[in-house]
Amino acid sequence: MKLPLQLLAGATLAAIFVIAAMVSFAWTPYPVESLNVAMKLQPPSTTHWLGTDHLGRDMVSMLMVGSRISIEVAIVAVGIGLLLGVPLGLAAAASHRSKLDEIIMRGNDLVFAFPALVIAILITAVFGPSAFNAILAIGIFNIPVFARVSRGAALSIWTLDYILAARVAGKGTVRISTEHVLPNIANLLVVQGTIQFSLGILAEAGLSYVGLGAQPPIPSLGRMLADAQTLIYTTPRLAVVPGLAIVLTVLGLNLLGDGLRDYLDPRIRRARQ
Amino acid sequence: MLRYTLVRFLSLCVTLVAASLVVFLVVEIIPGDPASFMLGLNAEPDTVAALRKELGLSGSLGSRYLDWAGGMMVGDFGRSYTYRVPVAELVVARIQVSLPLAFYALLLSTAIAFPVGIMAASRRGSILDIGIMGSTQLGIAVPNFWFAMLLVLVFAVGLRWFAAGGFAGWDQGVLVGLKSLTLPAIALAVTQASILARVMRSALIDTLGQDFIRTARAKGLTRRQALTRHALRNALIPVLTIIGLQFSFLLAGAIIIENVFFLPGLGRLIFQGITQRDLIVVESVVMLLVFAVIVVNFLVDIAYALVDPRLRIRQ
Repeated sequence: MKLPLQLLAGATLAAIFVIAAMVSFAWTPYPVESLNVAMKLQPPSTTHWLGTDHLGRDMVSMLMVGSRISIEVAIVAVGIGLLLGVPLGLAAAASHRSKLDEIIMRGNDLVFAFPALVIAILITAVFGPSAFNAILAIGIFNIPVFARVSRGAALSIWTLDYILAARVAGKGTVRISTEHVLPNIANLLVVQGTIQFSLGILAEAGLSYVGLGAQPPIPSLGRMLADAQTLIYTTPRLAVVPGLAIVLTVLGLNLLGDGLRDYLDPRIRRARQ
Repeated sequence: MLRYTLVRFLSLCVTLVAASLVVFLVVEIIPGDPASFMLGLNAEPDTVAALRKELGLSGSLGSRYLDWAGGMMVGDFGRSYTYRVPVAELVVARIQVSLPLAFYALLLSTAIAFPVGIMAASRRGSILDIGIMGSTQLGIAVPNFWFAMLLVLVFAVGLRWFAAGGFAGWDQGVLVGLKSLTLPAIALAVTQASILARVMRSALIDTLGQDFIRTARAKGLTRRQALTRHALRNALIPVLTIIGLQFSFLLAGAIIIENVFFLPGLGRLIFQGITQRDLIVVESVVMLLVFAVIVVNFLVDIAYALVDPRLRIRQ
């Protein structure tokens, strides 16, 4: 079957940034730690493709390392959401309408009352700012998201005949959840994971912009935007470039998520054929 | 309806108590005690002891929580350690910026999203629909604080239509106040309007495909009449859910956007509170934000029942 255009475009766009971020582990055009004030605010040229910032650091190198921080934070945050949220959602669905289900859902409502920014503010006020706080805040926010999605999807699986057959065969709730329910909701979790990944990148940028995320000298896209703010009148390039990088990454991930959802949904796929 | 409202209200109270416990306990887990945390390592023991007394740290954990929560219920948030004034005073001054900003943005995003979403749904598959869906895809990907910077660049630095930042204050007149909040509100509204327009479109497309719309058309209603009288009301349920969720994003977003425009709102207060280790300010503002989110969710639940009579009866 042919891959839909949306899926390809999204995957390509997202891949560019993920690859650039991975390459930054081994190589960047210039080191991002070394400041060279004599070379500050250079316009784009053949030596510095996107110019240099107010401390003379190469913008391409900064973007590569900055994207890496964004991706690291977003991936670990999605991981926290998946690891804690999915078992909770599965447990709630398996014990539908019981005390456990009620407790898990009310707990979800409680966490939903705390936007990621508010969690980050609380954690930072107590432990001080760091990239770890951003991960924790966005990760905690992701837990109820995944719990709800997996509970909703699992509930409809539990009504199907093959679950009844598995029960008759003597399988317990835990085995049915892991062997039959989980594989059948995996598609949905992949799609939701992509969405939360792109939201995580936006949230990380926002948190590091207000100083609650990665701390200098570690470059992060949000931090770059905060530094660029005072120079926006003279060198708008410094604010435009990191912002565009965020927009294109998130756009790519969203297109990828939408494309995956359509591609993995057999009903839509059949309609296309 | 009364029973439904009561049940929802009870759940609101339980969530509020649980949320206040979470906020209180997180601040409590600070290593050492809040007094020495706030004053730093080099503080005189006498000063620490005085602050401990002022903060009421001598009682047990339970009695301290009750003091704190009970105080908040009557509007007593304690005294700010850095500003030397009651936190309530600070909050009242700052909330006059943050809350109008969030509502202004909510109003803008709804005003944009409804017509745009309806247009896209009623001309599904047309160039207009594709154009709208493409722009909303872009709108969702834009970080609002970055969009705010671009707005400053174009409308304040370039065209000089607006000030680049600062807040004139409401005593200069409502219009002057609104003008200083306009760029921030647009920046906040763009993402939310994009999300809302997409939800509006898909909810409308869902309802337009249902049997009762065909019946309505069969009995002689025009497309427009069927849309406004029958489809729109049914499509409102998912739209309301998103509007409710958006309020918490707008409030959080407002706190970040305030930084771009140097607005004296809750955001500035809370970030100063963090750098100056003024835990009482942080604790109170966080609780206030959580309170706002919970209350808005409650109002959305009530609005559901107003829009959808089935919900009232089921309860």
